[in-house]
Amino acid sequence: MPTLTLYDAVGAALTEEMRRNRSVLVFGEGIATKRHDLVEEFGALRVRNTPLAEGIIAGTAVGAAGSGLRPVIDLLFAPFLCYAMDELVNSAGKLRYMSGGQFSFPLVTLAMTGAGWGVGAQHNHNVEAWFVHSPGLKVVMPSNPADAKGLLKAAIRDDNPVLFFIDIGLLHQPGEVGNDELVLPLGKASIVREGGDVTLVSYGKTVHHCQQAAEMLASHGIAAEVIDLRSLKPLDEASILASVRKTGRLVVVHEANRLCGVGAEIAALVAEEAFAALKAPIVRLGGPDAPVAASYPLEQAFVPQPEAIAAAAERLCHRQAA
Amino acid sequence: MAPIHPEIDLCHLLEQMQIIRAYEEAIVTGSAAGKFPGTCTSVGQEAAAVGVVNALSGDDLILTNHRSAGHLLARGADPGRLLAEVMGRSSGYCKGRSGSLHISVKELGVVLTSTIVGAELSLAPGVALAQNMLERAGIVVCFFGDGAACEGSFHESLNLAALWNLPILYVCENNQWQAFVHRREAMSRDHVADWAASYGIQARTVDGNDVTAVLAAAQAAAGQVRESRRPYLLETYTYRTRGHFEPDDQAYIDQAERQSWLNRDPIALCRDRLVADGCLSPGKQTEIADRVAQRIATAMTFAESSPFPAADELTRDVYA
Repeated sequence: MPTLTLYDAVGAALTEEMRRNRSVLVFGEGIATKRHDLVEEFGALRVRNTPLAEGIIAGTAVGAAGSGLRPVIDLLFAPFLCYAMDELVNSAGKLRYMSGGQFSFPLVTLAMTGAGWGVGAQHNHNVEAWFVHSPGLKVVMPSNPADAKGLLKAAIRDDNPVLFFIDIGLLHQPGEVGNDELVLPLGKASIVREGGDVTLVSYGKTVHHCQQAAEMLASHGIAAEVIDLRSLKPLDEASILASVRKTGRLVVVHEANRLCGVGAEIAALVAEEAFAALKAPIVRLGGPDAPVAASYPLEQAFVPQPEAIAAAAERLCHRQAA
Repeated sequence: MAPIHPEIDLCHLLEQMQIIRAYEEAIVTGSAAGKFPGTCTSVGQEAAAVGVVNALSGDDLILTNHRSAGHLLARGADPGRLLAEVMGRSSGYCKGRSGSLHISVKELGVVLTSTIVGAELSLAPGVALAQNMLERAGIVVCFFGDGAACEGSFHESLNLAALWNLPILYVCENNQWQAFVHRREAMSRDHVADWAASYGIQARTVDGNDVTAVLAAAQAAAGQVRESRRPYLLETYTYRTRGHFEPDDQAYIDQAERQSWLNRDPIALCRDRLVADGCLSPGKQTEIADRVAQRIATAMTFAESSPFPAADELTRDVYA
């Protein structure tokens, strides 16, 4: 199987979907410069650079999506989405409903976020929960190149607006990606490791931290199940609940601030739906309620690390034993 | 001045303006009586809407805003379904989910209505891009106010439309009011048209209370956009004679300024001209007034007798 970075997997998905459907076009901040192969294959009308003006990029995408095109836009870094909130939240997310279903908005917004480049809080801010909390939008954040390709293909084919977050720390990590037309449905989590003692739920780069934690736990005789959500909305509630009903213990891990993060919703879901199955309290591990520093050690300290995840899971297991 | 298209009957424009006035006054009365929510009216701006909309082709697309009654009715929207929407009934154009502020009617080419001031400007380039890429002939007409012209989206939109050669007729209804603030307090220039030149976009300001002047200017502007596939900005200079949102006591306004505009009421101007030209007899005036009153009465009956949406409509149409 060929190996691609997540960046190239995104390019492969764009290429395949643009070949498949002539109404797919891409535009954004430097996308025609960086992905010149797309310009060569599909021409300058379907692959466009834009001004550095996120509001009009997103607004243009919403207008185009509501009028028969399937735009993919690149807004570079997730905090820049603040300039595009009206267009994404008030227009893309609401106008289908508010118009009584007269319009749909097949549109994908790409944005990078997360620790890895030491770019500081105005380029690195995991804002995905904002969009989960906004009706009418879907939110995806892959943890590896193969998923990125399959999820992006599904996002482009979806008739709804999708926020597609790319973890900066994973962007140039290689991974095996099939050549086939694999389309991963949005809203289906991946069980990346099976285990019966504790459930670790995550997305993005902390999925890998959970896998490393699971290795550490295994050496202590604890079998952790690791769930990669892949899509935050729709959320695969069934997979989360099934796992917790099996293990009785849950650790939710993400890089985003813990306060009102996606983990809070998952913890509430499990408390409401699977309380009787719980053998120990739910634990959430996430970033602090602080902007991210540029300094490498502080940036890394923001992110839940494998040791902390393993320690939290182990405490839950011992709590039950004691 | 360019001649008016021969097929357009000025009496018809007068009747459209009267329907818009009667429709909005019915909402004002109804909301004052607590029968349904208030709204943002366009009373005093009827000529600006009717003149532009009548200059368009059936395949042109319109983006409007919260002050949309004139655009919708001039485009042929049924006042009954509009009133039903305002009253939150399921027979409204948006199934009662929009209310008065965000009514879209796709079948009439009135698309993606947003009440966020400036949003229509951010959406218009994408609609026009789709027209170009899908090889559709219609141009895109984007109605906004002087308030929206002070949003960043105005400037971003004009820049992109000029850069990408998008067929957009920007129509700024400069009604002198930005919600509760006079334009003079919020805008560095008197005319929005002045800003278009910085983007290489041709622009013109027209008396927005003179329906024939608006129509002629809009015909020329739309023709130019159609021909050049480039943006153009038409500013209709007018005045919002009622408040920002009903009810509004308008205690903040300069009564002398308001009166000077009331003296140039667009409906009275049009009617007086037709009478002076011998084109509108007293009998015809009565005939039009009766027809307008009847249409609004029928619309009100339809809306009031329409059901409210069922509870299971609450979460329908969130996703495609």
